[in-house]
Amino acid sequence: MNNFLSTAGPKFAQVFIAVFGFLAILAVVFWIAGRANGRKVKPVANIVFLGPAALLLILGLIVPAFQTIFFSFKGEDSSKWVGFSNYKWIFTDPDMRRVLVNTLLWIGVVPIFTTLLGLLLAVFMDRMKRESLPKSLLFMPMAISFVGASIIWRFVYNYSNRYQPQVGLLSAVVKTVGGHPQNWLLDKPLNTFLLMIIFVWVQTGFAMVILSAAIKAVPADIVEASALDGAHGFRLFRFITFPAVRSTFIVVLATQVVGALKIFDVVRTMTGGNFGTNVLANEMYSQIFVQFNQGKGAALAIVLFLLVIPVLLFNMRNLRLERSER
Amino acid sequence: MSKVAEHTPGRKLFSSKIAALVVWTITIIWTIPTFGLFVSSFRSKADIYATGWWHVFLHPHFTLANYHDVLFGSQTQAAVANGVLPYLVNSIVITIPAVIIPIVVATMAAYSLAWVKFKGSDFVFFFIFALQIVPLQMSLIPLLQLFTGGAHIGSITIIPKLGIAGHFAGIWLPHAMFAMPLAIYLLHNFIASLPRDLMEAAYMDGANHFKVFRQIVIPLSIPAIAAFAIFQFLWVWNDLLVALTFASGTEEIAPINAKLASLVGQFGSGWQLLTAGAFISIAIPLIVFFSLQRFFVRGLLSGSVK
Repeated sequence: MNNFLSTAGPKFAQVFIAVFGFLAILAVVFWIAGRANGRKVKPVANIVFLGPAALLLILGLIVPAFQTIFFSFKGEDSSKWVGFSNYKWIFTDPDMRRVLVNTLLWIGVVPIFTTLLGLLLAVFMDRMKRESLPKSLLFMPMAISFVGASIIWRFVYNYSNRYQPQVGLLSAVVKTVGGHPQNWLLDKPLNTFLLMIIFVWVQTGFAMVILSAAIKAVPADIVEASALDGAHGFRLFRFITFPAVRSTFIVVLATQVVGALKIFDVVRTMTGGNFGTNVLANEMYSQIFVQFNQGKGAALAIVLFLLVIPVLLFNMRNLRLERSER
Repeated sequence: MSKVAEHTPGRKLFSSKIAALVVWTITIIWTIPTFGLFVSSFRSKADIYATGWWHVFLHPHFTLANYHDVLFGSQTQAAVANGVLPYLVNSIVITIPAVIIPIVVATMAAYSLAWVKFKGSDFVFFFIFALQIVPLQMSLIPLLQLFTGGAHIGSITIIPKLGIAGHFAGIWLPHAMFAMPLAIYLLHNFIASLPRDLMEAAYMDGANHFKVFRQIVIPLSIPAIAAFAIFQFLWVWNDLLVALTFASGTEEIAPINAKLASLVGQFGSGWQLLTAGAFISIAIPLIVFFSLQRFFVRGLLSGSVK
């Protein structure tokens, strides 16, 4: 305990120094810059206000993005040019084929499940009297990290050998209904789908909350009028509710596609990418920090970037359209 | 909607009951995994391995030993010999500056782009907005090199080696950098919509930009700042990739998430500690979640692009 206090103290001191040091420097800069007058006022204000953000963006995103493009055409320690061979490796290597197929599976399966399940829940909740408790409980996984979620689900998927009691929920349920439990996480391709369940479990609440907000925003008089005209149940949903929330539905779907594309934590924590569950973002991490191959890691980052661009551009356009409509 | 349901009795009778049944069924399925881990974290090692957690309903028997062992250390488990408390401290130490600093920097930038216009400021804003498409994976290798080796062109050193790799600053800085595009975009939307009359009255009274920023912009932007702060807090607290990249090999500064991720790999037989450890790491975001749910939802809604 004493040992703990002696390390924790200085660490908190660092927080204090970082935060208050930063604010103190700002206060001094503001004071000096505030004394500028005449034609210097605006440029000085711009430099002081925008400078720090510009510095962070240039050093943290803009320059590194270009550097990564260069690295992707270089070898493992960036010392010599190798042309497109890193990209060739991504698209021709037999192990990489598994990685690409898995990533495509993730973006093909997961977003549809989260978004449709979220929509179903949002629509049904709208007809309930007391929706706040189930809403909170369904949304709760959003606050849990993927690492925490992975531990929760590893326990569900736990497998003990035949001679021991099954303490994992999945194994116990399978055994109760007369099946044979197995070491779930080693069983491909089933294991990839078991990992996807974790993602769906975390993200469905997000889809539900956002779609629910969109459904609540559908003008009540429109719904009322069409209900009087005899539309209810599925017809009401099909012709009134869904068209009204379609743009939100697409935004949520696109968000899920990007999330599924970049999935890293779940795979890292559950299987480390072994047993045929590897995906792009995890392979990128392995290339950089396990194989120490910067070139391949950079090329994987670029592929990820190229895959994300169309979805995000589409999503941003949609968000902007939606905002301007309001 | 519920009003409509009352107008059409047939539909109300039929669908609201089925709807409630479906929603509650899914809710219960959704909650069971977390509940199972929560219950298990209070069971002894022997119990965890002997029977499934659902047996507590028949034979309730609880202990706090797992929490004690995982927090303060355990002689029998080498992997947590010193406990996870230091890693919990690291998480807090990483998160506080990694939330406050980018928010201040982004608010300043947003104010400048919205109210201190210059030629091209709209273009700069659009450019920052567009930067959201760069996945942080693109930045990892170059940033790591910058932190360990500095920046050079040929033999000329532009930026000396920062020497912050393996220090907390080496995690604060990447988090601040990666937060910028979204933070500036969201805060700009809010700050740009502040009442023009109010701002102009302040300028007329002779307040300079810095005074307006401190005394008008910051206080009025608190709702937007809070929403983003919660989003950023969860992002940093729950992050694994940035932590693994910039604290890799340095146990000294690793957050609890990184420690847990490595424990999952090491433990063949440590469920009792993993369950308690996981709950300690989840507890803080859950408290934030339940106490600030409304802000939380707003933050997520607006942050859905990241």
